[in-house]
Amino acid sequence: MALAQAPGSGLQWVELSVFVLLFLVVSVMGFVASRWRAAASLDHLDEWGLGGRKFGSWITWFLVGGDLYTAYTFVAVPALVFGAGALGFYALPYTVILYPIVFLPALRMWSVSRSRGYVTPADFVRGRYGSPTLALLIAITGIVATMPYIALQLVGLEAVLRTMGLNGGGIAGHLPLLIAFLVLALYTYQSGLRAPALIAFVKDGLIYIVILVAVFYLPSKLGGWSHIFDTSAQALSQPNPNTGKPKGSILLTGTNQLQYITLALGSALALFLYPHSLTGVLASRGRNVIKRNMIALPAYSLLLGLLALLGYVALTAGVKPITNAATGNADSNTVVPVLFDTQFPSWFAGIAFAAIGVGALVPAAIMSIAAANLWTRNIYKEYLKRDATPSQEAKQAKIASLVVKFGAVAFILFIDPQFSIDLQLIGGVLILQTLPAVAIALYTRWFHRLGLIAGWAVGMAWGIAMLYSIPNPNTKRAHFGGSALPLKDLSIFGWHPFPGSMVQIYPGFVALIANLVVAVIVTVIARSLKIFNGTDDTEGTDYHADEHDKDLRPIGAAH
Amino acid sequence: MSGKAAGKVTGLQISPWNLILLLPLLMLVTPWFNFDKPRVLGLPFFYWYQFLFVFVGVVSVAVVYVMTKGKPVVTGKPDRLAAEELDEGEK
Repeated sequence: MALAQAPGSGLQWVELSVFVLLFLVVSVMGFVASRWRAAASLDHLDEWGLGGRKFGSWITWFLVGGDLYTAYTFVAVPALVFGAGALGFYALPYTVILYPIVFLPALRMWSVSRSRGYVTPADFVRGRYGSPTLALLIAITGIVATMPYIALQLVGLEAVLRTMGLNGGGIAGHLPLLIAFLVLALYTYQSGLRAPALIAFVKDGLIYIVILVAVFYLPSKLGGWSHIFDTSAQALSQPNPNTGKPKGSILLTGTNQLQYITLALGSALALFLYPHSLTGVLASRGRNVIKRNMIALPAYSLLLGLLALLGYVALTAGVKPITNAATGNADSNTVVPVLFDTQFPSWFAGIAFAAIGVGALVPAAIMSIAAANLWTRNIYKEYLKRDATPSQEAKQAKIASLVVKFGAVAFILFIDPQFSIDLQLIGGVLILQTLPAVAIALYTRWFHRLGLIAGWAVGMAWGIAMLYSIPNPNTKRAHFGGSALPLKDLSIFGWHPFPGSMVQIYPGFVALIANLVVAVIVTVIARSLKIFNGTDDTEGTDYHADEHDKDLRPIGAAH
Repeated sequence: MSGKAAGKVTGLQISPWNLILLLPLLMLVTPWFNFDKPRVLGLPFFYWYQFLFVFVGVVSVAVVYVMTKGKPVVTGKPDRLAAEELDEGEK
């Protein structure tokens, strides 16, 4: 049962042993994966970066699920509920509306990519608009938005390591993380997308066991859900010493309902624009695989909702976040690990930590592969080496995946993790600005490429400016303090359309609207001036291609 | 690029069944469910109502999948292809 020592203060040997054992099993699987359903050679992006584009329903389910529901979701969403209450539950509607929204566009994206050999969203934009500039913007946005996302996986992994007692200061404090990541980097290099795909089975098996035990065992131990909600409501109504207002509530308040809605909708629209989620979709065998997955994937949403509720369980259990020895601040990401540590027997806590730890590695691997694909296809091949052969491309992507991963580690080493969470926040706002060029272009080529570029620039600039203006009263930081913008602060060139309104909104959503408005205006102008709008490589039939079409492009073909 | 078989589906295929995909978006109307009572298994209404919507989401997507599967999606034009060769075709 609960150990006498406080979590995070000393080494938990049992937990650590179970964790290391499971970690080793997973690493072996990662290396073996290169031989799993392998083609003759991995020296092609279709093979290394997309696992041969032949994953069936089950593998895709684990892969996309493993990709979208990351350690960060499992650690940070409950942490948000722990700190603010109902607002943190936005993650549930977000993942419920996600699939109905992306159901049709994801199918078109799969078809056109399969027909034309596209590996990244920027490849598609390049083909659709014949504009290397627009494609470059999309590629850079993708890479920039993905990097802090990978770093956040590390934050989740480190929260677990620190709870197990590996809570050192300085560089030594990051050493366990570095070792874990080195192993990850090596098997991703060797096996490509097959590694996370295979490991995702273990990851999800572990996570499902842990969550089901947690949501049935913990409430029964702590007096039932009704009691948990009542004590949480009590705890959240205590005034925050920094603001003097209640910390949160178990229901939405008048000011954060719009925030809840726009955050859920904005996040849902953003998710499949992230290069890594598209990687999971493109790796599948055919349209029916994707369709079945869109029906089955919400199983994870149930899990996510249950996990979010663990934030309240932690409140009731009186969990105190561990102080991160590297930064000296209380790390709210440790809430769930500490809850497991104090409430579960150590051997089971070890399994739970392994679940979160492996849950961090799978998406980190997929994300680094997606970023590497973007680099290779849309920067290296486009600007540095036009005549790169498929095997040179694969080599380049392998190396890029290493660079990306160590870049993410550098984030953690040299920047306060709190800062990387802010960057992730920016990441979401940034990736949302690629929606017109990527998602809308799947349906229509009405937008002019100049309009798309102008809209992107405006959405980007305004989105970042809005995030910059938000202070965080808790950490006393003046900028990048959160993703809730009071409408009274909304300013259009100094004009405040909603003076005095405390109603909050998600800035990414506002920036996207500005992006679309500018894109429409510039498109109308460019069209009336009859400016050339690039050549479209794609054909109408490309958007409906399916796995058994007789004229389908062979996988692993030269471009 | 040429080489595509003639007579294939192209353009935007609209099936009225796709409108069902809009149903789960009703979940975003928070004033409808931002209440504590009635509780089920101790969960306030706000929470169990949203859990219920997971199933609304699943059923909506499943209905669209089943109803648009294997059907010719082009109407009003002569359909020269067997249904299963068309866009949403199974197999």
